[in-house]
Amino acid sequence: MDTEKPFVDIRHAQKSYGSLEVLKDISLKVNRGEIVAIIGPSGSGKSTLLRAINDLDPLTGGEVWLEDVQVNKTLPHRQYEKHINHVRQNIGMVFQHFNLFPHLNVRENITLAPRMLKGLTVDEANTLAEEQLDKVGMLERIDYYPSQLSGGQKQRVAIARALAMKPKVMLFDEATSALDPELVEEVNLVMKKLAEEHMTMIIVTHEMGFAESVCDRVLFMDQGVVVEEGPPSVIFRNPENERTKNFLRKHLASNKE
Amino acid sequence: MLTVYPYFLKAAWVTIQLSVLTTILGLFCGGLGAAARLSRFVVLRYIGAAYVSFIRGTPALIQLFILYFGGPQIGIQLDAFEAGVIGLGVNIGAYMTETIRGAIISIDKGQIEAARTLGMSRGQSFRKVVLPQAMRLMIRPLGVNINALIKGTALVAAISVVELTYTAQRYIGSTYKPFEMFLISGILYMIIIYITSRAVTWLDNKAKIV
Repeated sequence: MDTEKPFVDIRHAQKSYGSLEVLKDISLKVNRGEIVAIIGPSGSGKSTLLRAINDLDPLTGGEVWLEDVQVNKTLPHRQYEKHINHVRQNIGMVFQHFNLFPHLNVRENITLAPRMLKGLTVDEANTLAEEQLDKVGMLERIDYYPSQLSGGQKQRVAIARALAMKPKVMLFDEATSALDPELVEEVNLVMKKLAEEHMTMIIVTHEMGFAESVCDRVLFMDQGVVVEEGPPSVIFRNPENERTKNFLRKHLASNKE
Repeated sequence: MLTVYPYFLKAAWVTIQLSVLTTILGLFCGGLGAAARLSRFVVLRYIGAAYVSFIRGTPALIQLFILYFGGPQIGIQLDAFEAGVIGLGVNIGAYMTETIRGAIISIDKGQIEAARTLGMSRGQSFRKVVLPQAMRLMIRPLGVNINALIKGTALVAAISVVELTYTAQRYIGSTYKPFEMFLISGILYMIIIYITSRAVTWLDNKAKIV
């Protein structure tokens, strides 16, 4: 692994809404193939940080780099739009509420962007959709509409949709938080599979067990800062910071209920 | 009495023509109005808002009179039918502006976010993701607008377009039967509206996704 040149590089990220500071000077470097989990209480800024990586929630200060391209460049409107649309093709994102397009079937959900943005023919796009759906175990539902799928199935299709753009990095924004408990595992399995293929992933999650088993590194965020970061074995087993300990204790307690 | 029926059928045909042309113009104005109200540019948003509040804040009859009687004074010469279509079309367009805008803004923001994160532009996201969903949502409320518009065509009797209401009034003089005359025109309106609402229901069902 090339440790000198980070793949995703967030430098002094700062974000405020009026006087409310959501991100306070956060820096994060993620290497190619690395899997990073971001945990923390709600309102800690973890989703905001994740959404800053593809400029969905633009930072008010600091820089985001993907390889040697600055994502949040300052450009005139039209040029910026062109730039960001291109950059975003390299950054896959999976949302808590799936956000599948309800008017399109599974196949069309996946082929829409590759056909429109990469100029794939219908046949090429269909082959691509079949490959990606096979990977997430949803090939037999290719002609279904989103409303005919369970939450777990929707999320697997959403992952396939993001993968079809052949992204360099995948962002997961609480991908399993909206799922019934019994549907979480099927989505986790897909994410594990991606991990085995060395996809670079940044995962905002409440699933501590999953984070521990899959991630190379864990960040604990609270009130807009990274309180503690390290390998999962340390963060989950021997955290140093009081706030981390507190959070994990509460989280464990609420999970046992 | 029987001798007046052909005139009523002819008048119904005029009402249908008025309704169809007004609907087309209304949808056009409504589309433009919604685009203006949702524009990135503040000037366009103001123009859209001014259009909607002027039209909805004044009686349609006054708008028709301004166009038909006041028009010639500022160089706009229209015959009664033209003034009727334009006046009613621009009028219903303001209501359709709000219908269309409402449907568009009701689409979940997550849909746009998903499209944008895949790399689609604002325009592409709108055309391929937002609009197809919004169109399905606006069929029924636009049907309500069209229903109002069909009944609203009665107003153009006041600028002497020979449609259903005008025709009823005209033959009261020779038949002395206002009850029957207005009843006939009412029934004909009802038939037109019934057919239209069935068409809207059919379209709405057809547009259902699954």
